[in-house]
Amino acid sequence: MSEAGTELLSIVAATLRLATPLLLAALGGLFSERSGTIDIGLEGKMLGSAFAAAAMASVTGSAWAGLGAGIAVAVLLALLHAFAAVTQRGDQVVTGMALNILVAGLAPVLATAWFHLDGTTPALAESARFGSLALPGAAALAHTPLFGPVYARVISGHNGFVYVAALAIPAAALVLRRTRFGLRLRAVGESPDAVETAGVSVAWLRYRALIITGVLCGLSGAYLSIAAGAGFTRNMTAGRGYLALAALIFGRWRPVPTALACLLFAFADAAQTRLQGVALPVLGVIPVELVSAIPYVLTVLLLAGFVGASRAPRALGLPYPTGR
Amino acid sequence: MRFSASPLRRIEPALVPVINLAAALVLSALVVLAAGSDPIEAMTALATGAAGDGASLGYTLYYATNFILTGLAVALPFHAGIFNIGGEGQAYIGGLFASLVCLFVGPPLGWAAIPLAVLAAAAGGALWALVPAWLFVTRGSHVVITTIMFNFIASAVMTFLIVNVLIAPGQSSPESVAFPAAVWMPSLGGLLGPSPLNLTFPLSLLLAIGVWMFLRLSRRGFEVRAAGANPEAARAAGISVGAATVMALTLGGGLAGLVAVNELMGAQHRLLLDFPAGYGFMAIAVALMGRNHPLGICLTALFFGALYQGGTELSFDMPKVTRDIVVVIEGLAVLFCGALQNLFRARIARWLGPGAAA
Repeated sequence: MSEAGTELLSIVAATLRLATPLLLAALGGLFSERSGTIDIGLEGKMLGSAFAAAAMASVTGSAWAGLGAGIAVAVLLALLHAFAAVTQRGDQVVTGMALNILVAGLAPVLATAWFHLDGTTPALAESARFGSLALPGAAALAHTPLFGPVYARVISGHNGFVYVAALAIPAAALVLRRTRFGLRLRAVGESPDAVETAGVSVAWLRYRALIITGVLCGLSGAYLSIAAGAGFTRNMTAGRGYLALAALIFGRWRPVPTALACLLFAFADAAQTRLQGVALPVLGVIPVELVSAIPYVLTVLLLAGFVGASRAPRALGLPYPTGR
Repeated sequence: MRFSASPLRRIEPALVPVINLAAALVLSALVVLAAGSDPIEAMTALATGAAGDGASLGYTLYYATNFILTGLAVALPFHAGIFNIGGEGQAYIGGLFASLVCLFVGPPLGWAAIPLAVLAAAAGGALWALVPAWLFVTRGSHVVITTIMFNFIASAVMTFLIVNVLIAPGQSSPESVAFPAAVWMPSLGGLLGPSPLNLTFPLSLLLAIGVWMFLRLSRRGFEVRAAGANPEAARAAGISVGAATVMALTLGGGLAGLVAVNELMGAQHRLLLDFPAGYGFMAIAVALMGRNHPLGICLTALFFGALYQGGTELSFDMPKVTRDIVVVIEGLAVLFCGALQNLFRARIARWLGPGAAA
């Protein structure tokens, strides 16, 4: 296989790895927002899960226990979000920001208190992490022309989370489009009055939507700390929660376009490391620092040029019952 | 409807935030306890660190200045119904503009360059807000996304400029040469004790009053509020909603840009990497906790400034409690005062007697 081909395959593979945490969080946010609750708190839920997963995996030595703890903490944070935003009818954006700030402080405080390291958890052993999976036949097929390398390098050999994230796209689409729960979830984000009149609890639907958000953010955070990484570090989500929210709005609150937006961000991220020092036609060598801005400039251009106005769920951000 | 309301009712609006804040502090104390330290000792260290002597108070007010400016930068567009998450990038670009004036116009002009640099800081921030505002009005691009993206873009551009262009010759740390002393923002450190407190603090208070007057007393301010409250009705009344929106966000950006005046011209006296240090993000909490009212923002900014300064002292006194505990307190304060503000309200209203607003 040519060198350019190999390079391309490795960029595609890196894109899938980098898209995974974004995708899980964005699909999580999709449920919350389609039910009418703005979720600017994806970042905090991811970070909470990343910390809990790494701490638990480090204490027990089990990656699965870590994953469980990560999901549990993200769901707890989602329930707190639901209590404040749905039950107490508090401002949803403030609630989300409060969660982000709280977790950004709490995780390093607890890490320092429990592990006596400066805001991090101990480096995890290989056995306490999720490794990559080789799909059947990857090695045997590797030399088949065209299909072999693609299968071996792009499709096989990823972390289990990558496949979970990929499966989560059709699953989310299916749940939203084809199930009674999904129909009601979408309805409650557009017209909660109609749903309540039909005898279905608006609050309980929004709670369930946020629990799903918690589970998906839990997966996303755990991926960062016990699969892609080997332990928790301060602010390890580094704005991915906000980027996931941007992808969700960019994708107009639909699963497949949202997934494509995540892939776009991830591709730009993956390509950026390879563009460094490479002379491009016309532009020449772009400085490293500016290359890192490309995904964001691209997003703004796409938003301004192609996507145009996006319509949010009609009841997004409004507590229910409205008025007081 | 009873007209003879209990006189206690008057204190309800003040009492509710105090009780919410107390709840946040009690929970924070529990976190300190869980981290294996003495919460009373920690809270005492925090309070003395924030206001124990003149210098500490000076630092508190210096940090509060950044929160006032960025808090107003979020609140003003909020009145037009626009959510400005871009304070971070707006402050950063404001810093670029102010630094260019200080470095290149400062030497020939001397102190006369100070007002120019202040205007440049505001212009830089305003420019960085103008693009998302314009894209929103003309193309419908979602401001939350574009302002977040503009933070990332500002960060990349500034890293490039500081590391490659503006870096002091022969320096390895990413910062520019020092500004000439003539263009330093006049210090107020002499008033309270040695601290980076400078003239930007009274300026920010004046701007808070200015924002209040703009929103409440001016025709343009009315248009901004009308556009935010009900765009359809505003449009029907002949108000250009687009123009009001652009103006609110741009003015907000200008306010955020002034952080550079406090940080760079007032304290650091050079341009350095990542100087906005999260103030733009924290501002969202400041604005929302201060109910988007300039007075509320000033009080919240003072509280956050005290936490920042107190937290620095705390980490010296009690090494087991990291500075991050301050972030926990901030998070809980925002949660209780902003999101769960109704948690105790009904109970307090009942306790205060009949007539109290529920």
